[in-house]
Amino acid sequence: MNTIHDMGGMHGFGAVVREANESPFHADWERRVFALATAIPFAVPFNDDSLRPAIESIPPERYLASTYYELWLEAMTKILVGRGLLSRDEIASGKARPLPKGVEVFPAVKAADALAALADGFSARREAGKPRRFKVGDLVRTRNDHPATHTRLPRYARDKIGTITRDHGIMTFNDANGRGDGEQPQHVYAVAFPMDELWGPAARGGDKLYLDLWDDHLHPA
Amino acid sequence: MAVVLRAMSDHHDHHRRAGRSDIELRVRAMEQLLVEKGLVDPMALDAIVDQYETKVGPRNGARVVARAWTDTAYKRRLLDDATAAIRELCYGGSQGEQMVVVENTPAVHNVVVCTLCSCYPWPVLGLPPVWYKSAPYRSRVVMDPRGVLAEMGLRVPDTTELRVWDSNAELRYMVLPRRPAGTEGLHEDALAALVTRDGMIGVAAV
Repeated sequence: MNTIHDMGGMHGFGAVVREANESPFHADWERRVFALATAIPFAVPFNDDSLRPAIESIPPERYLASTYYELWLEAMTKILVGRGLLSRDEIASGKARPLPKGVEVFPAVKAADALAALADGFSARREAGKPRRFKVGDLVRTRNDHPATHTRLPRYARDKIGTITRDHGIMTFNDANGRGDGEQPQHVYAVAFPMDELWGPAARGGDKLYLDLWDDHLHPA
Repeated sequence: MAVVLRAMSDHHDHHRRAGRSDIELRVRAMEQLLVEKGLVDPMALDAIVDQYETKVGPRNGARVVARAWTDTAYKRRLLDDATAAIRELCYGGSQGEQMVVVENTPAVHNVVVCTLCSCYPWPVLGLPPVWYKSAPYRSRVVMDPRGVLAEMGLRVPDTTELRVWDSNAELRYMVLPRRPAGTEGLHEDALAALVTRDGMIGVAAV
């Protein structure tokens, strides 16, 4: 999706401003949004491949005017409303209606189970997948695609030549999963791009930018 | 100043004026509704907040760095298979399932960003600071890393290669900073106390 979240290489956003001794949360509601976003997926199966497209489809002007946890809240609400598990009327009135029948949900996760699952993580690694087409040292060209769906190939790195520096093994393919086409596990490679390949002759070619790209993002160069 | 940051300070001003903002009420309503529907347990929410507010944070990563500075064999394992080496110190899990650690040397300086989102190695660094998630950092550090780092107070010499790691996939990156000069006599705990979050993102020296 070519929208505002894909902001690598944009001008005009000004200086980076750091907050001294910043704490992880800036308001109590941020704590609750973070915890809700972590706990809800145990009961209502969704993962980042649903949450991120939901965030990315927030209109650019609202995306930029929102804080980070406001974006999470909006995306989470959109998913729950979309599945019929929550309505904007309920949020406004505070009165819960029964859950609809026929929507798959699980019981609320308990504290100990949530912490155990977080300590294990949710690995994207898979045992098997598409055969690898590339190896370390290969020159590759990234695809020149502009899907209207979720993609992990940023705009600034499309149709660019880089070198494979590491094979990370087989992982689920978020682009496919994000558009509802399943996991399509395949090799993910670290690809190094000289800065002048990405940004033109004014950039320092000796400096490099690395992306982790899936086999399907790449052509032989 | 970025739109995002301006919006945030407006938001905070609004907070102070109104006391309890609309968003607090909306989030509270949402939590109560989901509890009533049996989809979340408030005690689990409390435990999740506590975990990421008080237990998981950059002190974890600092311990990993200090171990690597004092134990050459550990450092080799860390650079070779970071996920397993970090697990040796009992850190791991969500947003650190596949870790990569990149080493700063006199010849190479590394810096980490997530241009598309806010991906960050939670088990070793905790939750990301606002600036890391902000439009200025995400938009600029991939195109003008030396300029951004200089603004942030870190001048990378021309003779040092700069590597920017955009964590666009499911790998999560941590920088192994250079051990400061004059720390030869320090033991691991004292070294860990010197290591900063910004040093492990690559926007500061340690």
